[in-house]
Amino acid sequence: MGFFEMTKTALKTVLSRPVTILYPYQPAKKTSLTRGHVVQDGSKCISCSICVKKCPSQAILLNKEAKTWQIDRFRCVVCNSCVDTCPTRCLSMDTQYTAPASVQGVEVFTITYVKPPKPEKKEETKE
Amino acid sequence: MTKQIIVPFGPQHPVLPEPIHLDLVLEDERVVDAIPSIGYIHRGFEKLVEKREFTEYVYIAERTCGICSFIHGATYCQGIEQIMNIEVPERADYLRTIWSEYSRLHSHLLWLGCFADSFGFENLFMAAWRIRERILDVFEQTTGGRVIQGSCKIGGVRRDIANDKLTGMSRDLDSIQKEIEELTTVFLNDDTVRHRTRNIGVLSRDDAYHLGAVGPTARGSGVAIDLRKTGYGAYDRLNVPVITDSCGDCYSRCYVRCKELFTSIDLIQQAITEIPDGPIDVKVTGSPNGEYFMRAEQPRGELVHYLKGNGTKFLVRSRIRTPTLTNIPPLVKMLQGCELADVPVIVLSIDPCISCTER
Repeated sequence: MGFFEMTKTALKTVLSRPVTILYPYQPAKKTSLTRGHVVQDGSKCISCSICVKKCPSQAILLNKEAKTWQIDRFRCVVCNSCVDTCPTRCLSMDTQYTAPASVQGVEVFTITYVKPPKPEKKEETKE
Repeated sequence: MTKQIIVPFGPQHPVLPEPIHLDLVLEDERVVDAIPSIGYIHRGFEKLVEKREFTEYVYIAERTCGICSFIHGATYCQGIEQIMNIEVPERADYLRTIWSEYSRLHSHLLWLGCFADSFGFENLFMAAWRIRERILDVFEQTTGGRVIQGSCKIGGVRRDIANDKLTGMSRDLDSIQKEIEELTTVFLNDDTVRHRTRNIGVLSRDDAYHLGAVGPTARGSGVAIDLRKTGYGAYDRLNVPVITDSCGDCYSRCYVRCKELFTSIDLIQQAITEIPDGPIDVKVTGSPNGEYFMRAEQPRGELVHYLKGNGTKFLVRSRIRTPTLTNIPPLVKMLQGCELADVPVIVLSIDPCISCTER
């Protein structure tokens, strides 16, 4: 049987600063591993579409003709699956969370990667 | 005979974190019977297994629950590994155990907060959640996610924890333990708390056994069942004490969970000292062909993942039976004969996780 068991904790709370932060006015706590949002580097993407297949929420769409890579931020569950499987490491995880949005839309990235020409040596040896 | 009236409780109720509906049959202020109904938050995860590759389903299995997400993912992975006869590296086993126990800490602290809230002790609720925040910080530092960790995969784990980080975590746990000691003293000794929980919602040992209670609900009634004793993961190499209490009331269930916090801290400390160096994953080839019942101990009790594959990349069947589902019949039993004002406390005392239950 006890009374005033809470006194120590209550006093400590009164004397210390609040533990909560006013996000988004103050930045959220982040670590180097924090999964914020996926970023794509168009200069490295080889349009292999592995990320499209590996996405569990089907948030990624790749258009090989138009050379675009698009992601639906509302579908993306930030699981890191695409980043782990990308063969050229063109996808990376940013630690910043995406800002809240009221309209659903897709974010489109343009692929600027140009396939390097085949080395001429091989043709010479064939001949 | 007094006239019977039916009072609906939920799905929207200030004390309920998630929607469950109970029709309470009352005679004056006394509850005679309770008729539960679920189905407000069904998401169809079990059907989704036919449309996603078994390697990607880990992410979906994890999202079954927002509190014990890691254990769901790990149980699914262990089930697939058993079907495919994959030997997981020892370090991965230990890492899974460490994260599982952190999940338990996080879940129990969350529950203690919600429980304090259910009998109107708001200050205690915030004190519990303040400690929980430190556990979530550890999750974010080691896996990248606060609630959904995403660090488990078939054949091992996706992220390693560096050894110096493990030592840091161990030191951090010492200070967390001190804070938890202060917190649990209030829950176990304070007169206000005791007044609202002692001899409320009593579930006898026989009832707990026959109605299929699991986890702290069963252990609070004196049934010593703990799936960690079966030795999955690295639990066979650690010393797991089973905490039971004999009274079977809300206080006993609270007592079991308070003591389990210290068990979890102790298990993490044991795992950190024993963890071997080595690889964290093995390469997985082929597809699962066969079926397996994987059982694991969640913070709320026994979790069952039934998995069946036919040799293709898509599983044929996945069945998830969560502890809350089996704890609903004991809950109905507890509610019979209680006062209407005690219903929130009793409902919260089984730690209901309705999202889990309805998958």
